[in-house]
Amino acid sequence: MVWLSPVLAALLSVIGVTLLFAALGRDPVEALATLFVTPLASIDGLTELGLKATPLLLCAIGIAIGVRADVWNIGAEGQFTLGAIVGSAVALGWGGGGHWWVILATLFAGIAGGMAWAAVPALLRTRFNAHEILTTLMLSYVAIQLLGYLVHGPWKDPEGYSFPQTRQFAPDAMLPLLLEGTRLHIGALFALAAVPLGSVLLGRTLVGFRIRTVGAAPAAARYAGFSRNATVWVCLLLSGGLAGLAGICEIAGGNGQLTPLISPGYGFAAIIVAFLGRLNPVGILFASLLMALLYLGGEGLQVSMQMPIAVTGTVQGMLLFFLLAADVLINYRVRLLPARRAGVVTDG
Amino acid sequence: MADVQLPVAIVVATLRAATPLTLAGFGELVTERAGVLNLGVEGMMLVGAAFGFMATVASGSLLIGFLAAMIAGAALALVFGVLTLSLMANQVATGLALTIFGIGFSALVGVKFVGMPLGGLATALWPHLAAAPPLLQQFMLLDPVVWLALLLPFAVHRFIYRTRAGLVLRAVGESHDVAHALGYSVLRIRYLAVLFGGAMSGLAGAYLSLAYTPMWTENMVAGRGWIALALVVFSTWKPAWLALGALLFGLVTIAQFQAEALGVAIPPNLLAMLPYLATVGVLVLISRDATRLKLNAPAALGRPFHATA
Repeated sequence: MVWLSPVLAALLSVIGVTLLFAALGRDPVEALATLFVTPLASIDGLTELGLKATPLLLCAIGIAIGVRADVWNIGAEGQFTLGAIVGSAVALGWGGGGHWWVILATLFAGIAGGMAWAAVPALLRTRFNAHEILTTLMLSYVAIQLLGYLVHGPWKDPEGYSFPQTRQFAPDAMLPLLLEGTRLHIGALFALAAVPLGSVLLGRTLVGFRIRTVGAAPAAARYAGFSRNATVWVCLLLSGGLAGLAGICEIAGGNGQLTPLISPGYGFAAIIVAFLGRLNPVGILFASLLMALLYLGGEGLQVSMQMPIAVTGTVQGMLLFFLLAADVLINYRVRLLPARRAGVVTDG
Repeated sequence: MADVQLPVAIVVATLRAATPLTLAGFGELVTERAGVLNLGVEGMMLVGAAFGFMATVASGSLLIGFLAAMIAGAALALVFGVLTLSLMANQVATGLALTIFGIGFSALVGVKFVGMPLGGLATALWPHLAAAPPLLQQFMLLDPVVWLALLLPFAVHRFIYRTRAGLVLRAVGESHDVAHALGYSVLRIRYLAVLFGGAMSGLAGAYLSLAYTPMWTENMVAGRGWIALALVVFSTWKPAWLALGALLFGLVTIAQFQAEALGVAIPPNLLAMLPYLATVGVLVLISRDATRLKLNAPAALGRPFHATA
């Protein structure tokens, strides 16, 4: 039953998008085809889909694990940025010597950067009781400014014709491609691996059990002696590390240099992905593909129909609205039925 | 003369920078006092900024622009109300959805208006603004919306603590079951509070696009909605503290301006971090005392209401 509402929400969104296109005076059929079908019609499109789904999947799994414990990390965008920054520091500092460990060090630095950025809200929450919704988000804005400062200032490529960008990574600091001739890199495998790992962690380990208990029944968790603070730390470090990995993969698997704009809002879109995937790693895999399709289709609309790229964000927001509304309709039925059944049981 | 000018300029710039925070903050304060947590302030401000700008360009009237912004903000708040109040959806998730939708939707509808020139509120009221003597110019920059933002704290304080309707509002926010038992319509009061919050956020957004900057660009609110939310927590839901917090943040926001005036060279990106870091700072300061926060927060904040009898 819970899986019906994302499907329902997707259908309602298609209707909403149709009305939106009609309101904008565009042919809805052509627009829908560009948005949802064209990207899937070529091998190039499919690999691009995987490329865009990778950061969404990594960030969303972390966010979802947090929300299961009632820990709201909505600053994945900032952790993503810090992962890219710290990873790039290693790649730019040690790359080019032909050492085999440089790419590994780059990836681990990215993870550490994301974790460190998430550790701040974790400390502020556990030590000072400051709620992570606002602190993680504020730190995202700080991270984006920090990136802007670095690429405009100390890290600017002296030979970059005064463009705000860093030097190019050396080849030994770049992630290998999965498929020659496309842009799909090995980071997609990390994201895929995160699905079973996330599932096992949540469903089959004590840590996962604690996370779910703290979220679903805080009082029970307290009686059982599960530490709320430890859960906050685990959730934020985990989601920060995953977002950091996503960030450095995006750079080391993509352009190989930092620019002021490294993400089209992956960290924020990942919140929608997490909810659309029902806070479940397997569901999130499918949700990330759908969301990646929206990014790709949005770009297609921009190129072929001269529509603004903001169509993507509008449809994403609409999707989450419909999901929440559809969820409620389903929750209502779930709530009403047991009440009646319980009555029957006590009578019997 | 010259030594008066800098302090006056800083005071005026602070008041202007504080205006959107005050408007959005007091909207959210009233909403939260009714027990509803709406995290969509940023989205409602953006939609207000976009619609305010578009309506002004279309009609040629700033007044119509501000009204359109308030209606647009309230319309988005109505969506939030239907989802969280009538359908009892999670308020945190719905508020986030409102912000994500608002960012995308405002950018979509406003795309044709990016970079379009607009005189702005001060120039519309004082056509000779540019030719006026510097000191007078500063006073001309204090437009009616700034004055409204200065009066709003007193009005809201009076409403909340000195009127019957304000008492009912607080009752609904503290214990919806008791308010319901007393015969008050919890949902109706909460809808009104949410709509007020949306209209104020819309007005705050329109102030940015019609008076403060004045122009429309994508995502131009730049986190001010979130700062307003943080200020409500900082104020422990008290109007006087919220007004003070907004002024303080107005001062922090114009740090760039001050640094330039004092001749200090700090990279603009680092200065732009200040309001966000300051927000984290005040949140930590206020949240350290968990008891104080718990005592002052509306007891029913964020809890859905379903009439049991």
